Amino acid sequence: MKIAIPFILLAYYALHQDFWNWTTARPLLFGFLPIGLTYHALYAMGAAALMAVLVKVAWPARLEAWAEKEPGE
Amino acid sequence: MTPLLFVLAYLAIVLYIGVFAFRQSRGQAEDYFLAGRSLGPWVFLLSLFGTHMTAFAILGSSGHAFNFGIVTFGLMASSSAFVVPVLLLFLGTKLWAVGKKFGHITPVQIFRDRWECGHIGTLIFFLQAALLIPYIIIGVMGGGTTLSVISGGLIPFWAGGLLVAVVVMSYVFFGGMRGTAWVNAFQTVLFLTFGMIAVFVIGNGMGGFSAIAEKMLNDPKTSHLLSREKFSPLAFLSYTFNPLSAIAFPHIAIFCLTAKKMTQFKRTVMLYPLCILLIWLPCVCLGVFANQAQEIPALAAKVDMKFATGRPVVADDVMLQLLGHFAPEWLAGMLGAGIMAAVMASDSQILALSTMFTEDIFTFYGARERFGQKAQVTTGRLFIVLVTAFAYFTALNAKASIFDLAVQFSFAGFSAMMPLYVGALYWKGSTKWGALAATLWVAGATIALFYAPRGFTVWGLAPVVPMTLGAAFLLWLVSTLTPKPSANTVERYFSV
Repeated sequence: MKIAIPFILLAYYALHQDFWNWTTARPLLFGFLPIGLTYHALYAMGAAALMAVLVKVAWPARLEAWAEKEPGE
Repeated sequence: MTPLLFVLAYLAIVLYIGVFAFRQSRGQAEDYFLAGRSLGPWVFLLSLFGTHMTAFAILGSSGHAFNFGIVTFGLMASSSAFVVPVLLLFLGTKLWAVGKKFGHITPVQIFRDRWECGHIGTLIFFLQAALLIPYIIIGVMGGGTTLSVISGGLIPFWAGGLLVAVVVMSYVFFGGMRGTAWVNAFQTVLFLTFGMIAVFVIGNGMGGFSAIAEKMLNDPKTSHLLSREKFSPLAFLSYTFNPLSAIAFPHIAIFCLTAKKMTQFKRTVMLYPLCILLIWLPCVCLGVFANQAQEIPALAAKVDMKFATGRPVVADDVMLQLLGHFAPEWLAGMLGAGIMAAVMASDSQILALSTMFTEDIFTFYGARERFGQKAQVTTGRLFIVLVTAFAYFTALNAKASIFDLAVQFSFAGFSAMMPLYVGALYWKGSTKWGALAATLWVAGATIALFYAPRGFTVWGLAPVVPMTLGAAFLLWLVSTLTPKPSANTVERYFSV
């Protein structure tokens, strides 16, 4: 799973460049949010979900133990 | 008058928080500069976010959206919502661990220890300080603008900026990191709460966002603001490099060292994107829709000038104009205080500069050994006064808008310094000479940027891209050709 993390991050980074929404404002979410803005609001929410997964699977637990360890332990 | 009273009451509260934090302090350097590495999870999240979100996020973003439309959100907010938590997860935690293990307080201390260098660290200090000053100026300018507009011109820009500068300086001076963190946490809660109310109140006042959106789409002069048709995709891509600055900003890097436990990063990493969404989406929406607020003379004049000249106008006061016109007085006061909260985030930058000066210069060159720890804290406080005074007098003469000032210097420069952090913390092969080459590159490129015309690009890319890639390339190239730090040092840092 951990080996896939860089590729997942790269793929999510690429999704930021939504060229397909570039020249259009419609459809308007709730009647006023243009599609370009709606997409990026959803992108931010997706980032929160992705971070929750990363914290679960890629949390540097050994780093914390290393930092707390006294010299000579 | 009522909104002004609310804002003044708010300034009194944050001043009191600073004094309260002062009473809790133990007078030691680590306590003053890092709150004794004791911040809990919620304060850590709220104040780290408050530290990152400044006048730029509130006033600059709505001003930019007024001129350029919805593209503003994708340019800075959604990219930050992804990039910043990733940086906190992989670099922030490592900074915390190294700081905790070796007792470091600033990034330069880490660089000096990791690469076994002295004066190169001093050079990095000066570059960081030079890049941070514009960001502090942004805060003072935002404070001056906010008070001036909220008071209906009763308090001029110079007096508003002065009042904000003095209040910020005072609670940083007394409260140190503890006071700054508490104030930032309070500020974030205030703005997150009242920011959402502002959107609904102003939206209703303008006749509903749906009606405004339809009007804008049917007007050829404004329809482009609801799409990105006038913005180059390559420039849009370039802006994703700007959030790399987050971890290289000394105030954020130093803040990473204040957490009590590393697990406190978890909540911050997960909730950061949502906090960004909650702050930026209302600001961008209001900035765009302000183009239809023809009943406000100041905004109507800006729209006319924009279309007459075909150039962007100074629009950092857009949000405040909307607030003053559409919100009832008491609510405008609460919201004004909320906005004031965000624009006053220059506190942590001022404290960071003071911390860096006392640790990286004062202590490193032997003054703490000679004069003691009390003298170190006193010097830090004196430095706070000097930096604030300098920022204030520069802000009085600054002509660029908040957004331009931030993007052109601070973001580009600090983003380009990010490879130094990756090299020091994740690459055994990095050397002090590689770090020197990258630092000189960033310094030279920033000076060149200062003299470059506004909107300057390199093959269609914003300067931040070649600056960052150039720094990474030089760090790699020169490090591969020069001798490595001792095996002992490398072992100490990579024995995880």
